[in-house]
Amino acid sequence: MMYVFNRNGVCLLYREWHRPLKTLDSQQDQKLMFGVLFSLKSFTTKMDPISAEKGSLGVPLLPGQGCSFHSFRTNTYKLSFMESPSGVKIILVTHPKCGDLRESLRYIYNIYVEYVMKNPLYAPGTAIKCELFNTKLDQYIRTIV
Amino acid sequence: MAVTVAVYSLFIINKSGGLIFYKDYGSAGRMDTNDSLRLASLWHSMHAISQQLSPTVGCSGIELLQADTFDLHCFQSLTGTKFFVVCEPGRANMEALLKAIYELYTDFVLKNPFYEMEMPIRCELFDLNLSQAVQRDRPPVFPGR
Repeated sequence: MMYVFNRNGVCLLYREWHRPLKTLDSQQDQKLMFGVLFSLKSFTTKMDPISAEKGSLGVPLLPGQGCSFHSFRTNTYKLSFMESPSGVKIILVTHPKCGDLRESLRYIYNIYVEYVMKNPLYAPGTAIKCELFNTKLDQYIRTIV
Repeated sequence: MAVTVAVYSLFIINKSGGLIFYKDYGSAGRMDTNDSLRLASLWHSMHAISQQLSPTVGCSGIELLQADTFDLHCFQSLTGTKFFVVCEPGRANMEALLKAIYELYTDFVLKNPFYEMEMPIRCELFDLNLSQAVQRDRPPVFPGR
């Protein structure tokens, strides 16, 4: 599966290619996902063993501020995460054996920039409904699976 | 000569999410008790929520979290007690270390007749053996440099 959120938590895109189990309806699922990412970012910034100066938990962090995680893995799935400097978050949920997907996420971000941001009919902050973006995305995902 | 530590810190949480053991082996930001308690509870909740986000059945929670400056390995026993270590990125053999720590826990904590279940761990022998197990895992230090 794939999620794209903007900096305010609005889910711009949700794509599903293979999902046998759905525990919540899509609205709740997206809100939960965003909440988990927010908390995990807060957690990793606080846990960071390298930097001595840390803010307190629960303070909203700017993109790029503090240490951020890029993936986590459980026994049934692997979640890869990337945040752009503008606050756009891209999440890919894959099989646990997948390797490091940071390059793929960066490529997907580039596809987003080309086909969505440069589309004059797209209003930022709304759900993505661009045909070309969807086809390009599907093509790319097929190559990495 | 500065010694590099592979394992930065270790946390043990009981099945209700309370922190029962925290040891810091050399991170730059040593945490005070309140912060470590908060982080432990946060991790407990994140671990539980990650099971809800799973696209397939049978998820047992986060096993590995990868961030920019550290990795976090988590092991959950059958009783619900979680052991997690914060270590440097890309370090191998952490699963084995966690299993070894679990064995030490059963030997020196659970078999201790004065230890109350779910309470903070105050067993000297456990601390001693734990330090030995963690030091054994250090990257080799070359003498005479």
